[in-house]
Amino acid sequence: MEITVTVNGERVTRDIEPALLLVHFLRDTLGLTGTHWGCDTSNCGACVVHLDGRPVKSCTTLAASCDGHEVRTIESMEVDGRLDPVQQGFHEEHGLQCGFCTPGMIMTARALLDENPDPSEAEIRTAISGAICRCTGYANIVRAVRWAAEHESAEARR
Amino acid sequence: MQTPGPIQYERATSVQNAIELLEKYGPETRILAGGHSLLPMMKLRLANPERLIDINDLDELSYIREVDGEVRIGAMTRHRELLESELLARQFPIFIDAEQMIADPPVRNRGTIGGSLAQADAAEDLSAVCSALKASVVIVGSDGERVVSMDDFHVGPFMTAIQDGQVLTEVRLPVRPRSGSAHEKVERRAGDFAIVAVSAALWLEGGSIADAGVALSAAGATTIHARRSEELLRGKEPSEELFAEAGGLAAEDCSPIADGRGPVDYKRHLAGVLTRRALSRAAERASNQEG
Repeated sequence: MEITVTVNGERVTRDIEPALLLVHFLRDTLGLTGTHWGCDTSNCGACVVHLDGRPVKSCTTLAASCDGHEVRTIESMEVDGRLDPVQQGFHEEHGLQCGFCTPGMIMTARALLDENPDPSEAEIRTAISGAICRCTGYANIVRAVRWAAEHESAEARR
Repeated sequence: MQTPGPIQYERATSVQNAIELLEKYGPETRILAGGHSLLPMMKLRLANPERLIDINDLDELSYIREVDGEVRIGAMTRHRELLESELLARQFPIFIDAEQMIADPPVRNRGTIGGSLAQADAAEDLSAVCSALKASVVIVGSDGERVVSMDDFHVGPFMTAIQDGQVLTEVRLPVRPRSGSAHEKVERRAGDFAIVAVSAALWLEGGSIADAGVALSAAGATTIHARRSEELLRGKEPSEELFAEAGGLAAEDCSPIADGRGPVDYKRHLAGVLTRRALSRAAERASNQEG
């Protein structure tokens, strides 16, 4: 079947098998391998992307269901060499070690800050509760998201 | 690598269209709602539909509103909308209790109330919530619609009263004065299915309990409707002793199995404790509600 999806602001049309999962559509059909494919069971959160602005697990969403909708992935975060504040926050606060969970973590955090620019630590921990990190113990990830929140609001005031 | 087997796919343009497509393609066709139960089942080959009818774009099935003394929830209302609903927070705070502990935020952005109830998984929370609230569901087919109580809706493990060519469209919750409700759940880790969960609702009249609803998740092969606990509560004055006694009956009347989440005696113990706690919180909320 043919689907047309707006991925990172660009309309793409591809012929796919209806059973194709969104994560494989992004990685294999479009070559956007920034979205990681982890547990396959909607537990780990490595595959989180935005669907119409909301974070979803792309391993448990059919690409076919995204026909006519908007998907945003980690590849859209850096623009002209400038990192998104969430990416910068992960860099500044050492929010990653192996990096496997990072694309999903960042997309989850980005969605949180889009709705709630000044989240508490508890709100951050709730937001990322569907994303598993085996390296950091989460403390640095929470700090990274707070870093992004503080620098975004500082930027907005300027 | 887990992927669904080959399927055909079609997107419904309306509820009527979904029913027409179900009738056209026959019994190996399934409705795809949020997909967070069906797609995992398809990956594991526990479900092998030939064709999916996708209803994700049917905005007509996404609403929470109060009509004629009922709160009506469209089947495609997602967990997130339930969690954020001011109407539910006011009338049925049990939904907020449950939704805070159902899976995680990205999953709650996709999963739906209709999908949860239609899955009829005994470990799923909203089935117990709806059972305790004495909800009914609306099932629509080409010959019209029928309204079915939760007791009649779940006919067995993973089995419902929805027949071929029919679609679950709405959940209806009767609104009665001086009600309180609460959901108590213990899970191994954030976002997991319950070890045991209990939903409780109380309706007060004067100083006593006019009616009660108690239902348990993950405590048997189907959602457990704790009828003896409800009978015990009716007509009595709310008290911790009464709630503990109701918990004792619920613990006796459920039938948990031993698994990775715990042995039977522990789960029965939990069922009793969580029933008491849920009733206690429901009573507190009922007495705080005006009316």
